[in-house]
Amino acid sequence: MLLNGGDAVVEVLKREGVDTIFGYPGGVALPLYDSLYESGIRHILTRHEQGAAHAADGYARASGKVGVCLSTSGPGATNLITGIATANMDSVPMVAITCQVTSNLLGKDSFQEADVYGITTPISKHNFMVKDPRYLPDILSKAFYIAKSGRPGPVVVDIPKDIFLTKIEIDDIPHLPLKGYKPVKEGNIADIDNVIEALAKAKRPLLFIGGGVVISDTSEVMAELLKKTKLPVITSMLGLPAIDHKYENFYGMVGMHGTYTANMAISNCDLLLAMGVRFDDRVTGDIEKFAKQTEIAHFDIDPSEIGKIISVDYSVLADLGWSLPKFTEKAVVGDIGEWQQQLADWHKDHPLKYNKKEATLMPQEVIEQVSGVMADNAIVVTDVGQHQMWAAQYCCTRTPRGFLSSGGLGTMGYGLPAAIGAQIACPDKEVWLFVGDGGIMMNCQELATAAELNLPIKIFVINNHGLGMVRQWQRMFFQGHYSASKHYAGTDFAAIAWAMGVQSLTVKKKCGLKHALEDAKDSSEPFLVDVWVDDDENVLPMVAPGASLNEMSE
Amino acid sequence: MRHTLSILVENRTGVLSRVAGLFSRRGYNIESLSVSTTDKKEISRMTIVVEGDQKTIEQVTKQLHKLIEVIKIYNITGEEFVERGLAMFRVIPTPENRAELMQVVDIFRGHILDFSPTSMIVEITGGEKKILAFEEALKPFGIAEVVRTGEIAMVRGGKSKNAKGENND
Repeated sequence: MLLNGGDAVVEVLKREGVDTIFGYPGGVALPLYDSLYESGIRHILTRHEQGAAHAADGYARASGKVGVCLSTSGPGATNLITGIATANMDSVPMVAITCQVTSNLLGKDSFQEADVYGITTPISKHNFMVKDPRYLPDILSKAFYIAKSGRPGPVVVDIPKDIFLTKIEIDDIPHLPLKGYKPVKEGNIADIDNVIEALAKAKRPLLFIGGGVVISDTSEVMAELLKKTKLPVITSMLGLPAIDHKYENFYGMVGMHGTYTANMAISNCDLLLAMGVRFDDRVTGDIEKFAKQTEIAHFDIDPSEIGKIISVDYSVLADLGWSLPKFTEKAVVGDIGEWQQQLADWHKDHPLKYNKKEATLMPQEVIEQVSGVMADNAIVVTDVGQHQMWAAQYCCTRTPRGFLSSGGLGTMGYGLPAAIGAQIACPDKEVWLFVGDGGIMMNCQELATAAELNLPIKIFVINNHGLGMVRQWQRMFFQGHYSASKHYAGTDFAAIAWAMGVQSLTVKKKCGLKHALEDAKDSSEPFLVDVWVDDDENVLPMVAPGASLNEMSE
Repeated sequence: MRHTLSILVENRTGVLSRVAGLFSRRGYNIESLSVSTTDKKEISRMTIVVEGDQKTIEQVTKQLHKLIEVIKIYNITGEEFVERGLAMFRVIPTPENRAELMQVVDIFRGHILDFSPTSMIVEITGGEKKILAFEEALKPFGIAEVVRTGEIAMVRGGKSKNAKGENND
């Protein structure tokens, strides 16, 4: 079939099963947008390219499918960068198509030209620039293959405008060799046997699970493993939705704002089974003192993660989809009653806690109450900052793809567009967004997108009138110098929402919350609740940056 | 410790910057790098000399493997191999010591590439140590300019580190 380049892109997208893309048009993207016109592919027009990238990310995380975003050249493409980097850090499958200036204008500082290939190289799983139109169909389908296979990640395809206008054969096509790309799938059974043996002998085993369990869709097998072994479990933030929080031996999130029990568990276990985690510094604290007493078994799909941060005693290099069922089948736990008791005691003596106030709402209280009215299969999305940690601590998520948050890059402004992507991927699920009064302003233009599409996202602005996490650090480590961390303008978020066509309420007192929750829950269109909370609350417990995990302030 | 990596990559634009970017981004030091095509035009070979302990080199290798266009990596450090680099020196001898300079060049089996009344360009090929020794020997004559290539390396004997990644032994 001979098509012009723009139509060829659309055809390949369809063959890859893409029905929705997120983007923003512009000069050199117009031929491609013409091909998209009445093509059957749904194009979501965000109000900023960054919104398109995060929405594609949210779509991918919520559905497990590859998210696609699209921009014009130059500023359009550079606006995608934060979203691509966010997806890269959290291993989110994404294809970003950036249009580029006409081939003969490349390298001449032409209007709206930017070296997108150069800029995206260090922040993507892979990137391509299409130079020979004959390779366009193959490159685009390879982009999808690379994005979703092995350890997923974002792939950028930069396409000069003239290629959209060139006639391209799309069936009998030349292929670009990928000799060096061999994504890991199956591992070595002997490696699993070694861990099984270690587990049988362990007196204080601990399961530490991360986002890899979500990505590999192995939550069900994980549930079987837990049912069979009763192993105590802690998670990273992105691992939180991978297991049922009602599981009796679940002890919460580990790390800087992890629970006392999780941090003590990792500091006292004798076999740490780390699955789909990458030992981020927010998890480990001082690496010299991290889990020194224990043997560590690391299950991961990415060879470079094994031994990157800590040396491990056992490694199982494979897709968890391959290794976890095999491990579950054979796993036997010895007598660990004493250990279980110790963990239960810690948990009882050191629960997560906060002090309620008479009139002022505490942020944790808001999150607990919102969590209480959510549907069982609801998707929770967060932005970044204090509210994110409180959501991780107090909001019980119930489904494997039910907690979306920017973990690795910690991108403020992620929440709202990601919630849009998630709601589009899962129109039948409730999507609840927690966002700070700082983060909402970083992409508040997307309220207009949500309104236009009539997406019933429930947005809770946890408003502490400034940058809470920054203030917390300034309070704790910079003698209370609140340098550039307070908002004095008194921005009316309900009015902003209203102006963009989103229903809204402001809750300043405790008594208003219940009513707002009901309205948000029942709303069939986007609904924003601006909740004023205590300005000075800290996220606790806390391990100071660089300190050891067992040195917590509670 | 110095490690010599012989890396086969897809011969495409951007691969060199991808590899170089990886080294700078992750804080690994390249001592020398040389790149050229192989007998197969679609494949290039990079010879990278990198300083680091065993753990660092292991990470370097794993991170390089993650690059989609990297086909095969050989760490030939532990093997018997020959390495060669090329260096050119512009030297400023005096009329009195010019003959002595020519003798030094001769001892190191170097070559004189250019001869003018005020300067000479001399060339040497060899391993890192030989080139450094030659440079030391030239210093008394006055070195005005040095240009060096990265090193290239090949394992001794019948084993080839070829594009298919198979040893022909």
